[in-house]
Amino acid sequence: MNFLTPDEITALLLSLKISSVAVGASLPFAVAAALLLGRRFPGKTLVDGIVHLPLVLPPVAVGFILLMLLGTRAGLGALLLHWFGITLVFRWTGAALTSAIITFPFQVRAIRLALEAQDKGLGEAARTLGAGRLDRLFNITLPLALPGLAAGAITAFAASLGEFGAIITFVSNIPGETRTLPLAIYTALQMPGGEAEAARLSALSILLALLFMIAAQWLMRRAAARDEA
Amino acid sequence: MSVEARIWHRTGNFTLDVAFDAPAGGVTALFGPSGAGKTSIVHALAGLTRPDRGRIVIAGTVVLDTDKNIFMPAERRRTGMVFQDARLFPHMSVENNLLFGWRRAPHPVGTDEIARLVRLLGLEPLLRRAPRNLSGGEKARVALGRALLAAPQLLLLDEPLASLDAERRQEILPWLERLRDIARLPMIYVSHAVDEVARLADKVVLLRQGRVVAQGSAFDLLTGLSNPSGVLLGALIDTVVVGPRPDGLTELAFDGGRLAALAWTQAGRSLRVRIAAEDILIARSEPQGISANNVLKAKVTALRFTETLADVELSAGAARLVARITAASAKRLELAPGTEIFAIIKSMAVDRGDA
Repeated sequence: MNFLTPDEITALLLSLKISSVAVGASLPFAVAAALLLGRRFPGKTLVDGIVHLPLVLPPVAVGFILLMLLGTRAGLGALLLHWFGITLVFRWTGAALTSAIITFPFQVRAIRLALEAQDKGLGEAARTLGAGRLDRLFNITLPLALPGLAAGAITAFAASLGEFGAIITFVSNIPGETRTLPLAIYTALQMPGGEAEAARLSALSILLALLFMIAAQWLMRRAAARDEA
Repeated sequence: MSVEARIWHRTGNFTLDVAFDAPAGGVTALFGPSGAGKTSIVHALAGLTRPDRGRIVIAGTVVLDTDKNIFMPAERRRTGMVFQDARLFPHMSVENNLLFGWRRAPHPVGTDEIARLVRLLGLEPLLRRAPRNLSGGEKARVALGRALLAAPQLLLLDEPLASLDAERRQEILPWLERLRDIARLPMIYVSHAVDEVARLADKVVLLRQGRVVAQGSAFDLLTGLSNPSGVLLGALIDTVVVGPRPDGLTELAFDGGRLAALAWTQAGRSLRVRIAAEDILIARSEPQGISANNVLKAKVTALRFTETLADVELSAGAARLVARITAASAKRLELAPGTEIFAIIKSMAVDRGDA
């Protein structure tokens, strides 16, 4: 990797770390949301809308809302700091939270698709064999949705690598703490003669995105082949 | 260990209104055209649907009583179900599919029992395979084994052969027969195929448009001229294998005579055979020098004429036969109820089903 400078490597690793934590931490919530949205309940449209909000809101607005909510002097942020000593603003953890929120809809959608594509008859078969609700969830529904879960996670991860507006608004652009790849590209472009660096980092971003999208596609195809049985 | 069911359920324009029972041992067939409500009944028995009104008792346990607000959900009912499309879990090996219900059974059968069933259904070579790599017939066998290993109180078979081609069906039917003969649990077999019902059923519940038209023994509902199912079957005879004859044929005994058949099976085993009405000939005097091996003394009990054909109901001992001959022949032979005749049946026409 000697075609990248140490600062660029830092940005790359930071991006991977933030995205991993963002996706890993939000996946269980995404599964729960997908399961919930697969059922009928009053207020479903509203919940569906809220889940999908980050997809349509300007990322800068998301970042700004987070700043207002979780800034150390803001209501919730001050409480977190006071009770738990947790600071999110200007920290990489805050960037991870931002990424998780922005990419949440991607995950929920992929998982919902995987759940809806499932043969409901398998659940019936499991019931006649003595499997109750939770038993079916963990032994039939989720294992069968696993490729969809993985595809959703990978798509979210790839999308998270590209998040810019919300991160820079909420946690700023601190080298080694919150300067992810897109922020590093932006920073390079602010400097005279930084185009070469920006180009290198952009190429790297494209490469990563492609890699993950191909992986997601491959998983989905493999799952489809299995479920044909 | 018997089953009593009374089910009333309405979905859209369709009303299901049935009452029937199934004996503790043996196969009860729910027989009728598609849309008769067969699958709805099976789903209600399994607890997958909750009928509007009704009462279901399985092996002494009330699993549904809408008057007393009793409804036992499917996962606690212990009804083994074999679906038409097998519904094997695609993410598990055949072995794990087989053991899925066993692991959840309140009183699981012992490992020697598992081994016996695996052997009986010929599943050893499939255990490590994935369901997607199985043929339709193999899937049906695994589904059957999976349901049985859950130690059910009742086995429900919802057209388990309907999605298989004729050859595969012939492959599975002997397994089902063997199972019927050894399993000590009530089996409810849903089908619209006469040959499957004739071959397997001890009792038949005839369904049409959500109602029970008739219920009774397979012989009463499927044989003779005036049976309520409208099926024309030459004969359905429960025989006992006497043994091989010197000439290489197999001798079968039944209440009314003996039959020489082609296939050989173990002496002493019971064997149900079917004969097509078109394969039974009638002679007024005992024929001499003919190739057919079976000549049964019989008496005409009823006749039914169409323009060109005549269906002649015969009794030979306890067996009831129907011969389909041309109307011209029936007139030439001057057949009438009470006429003593000889029924001629080729050995090849004595069908044990899987020949």
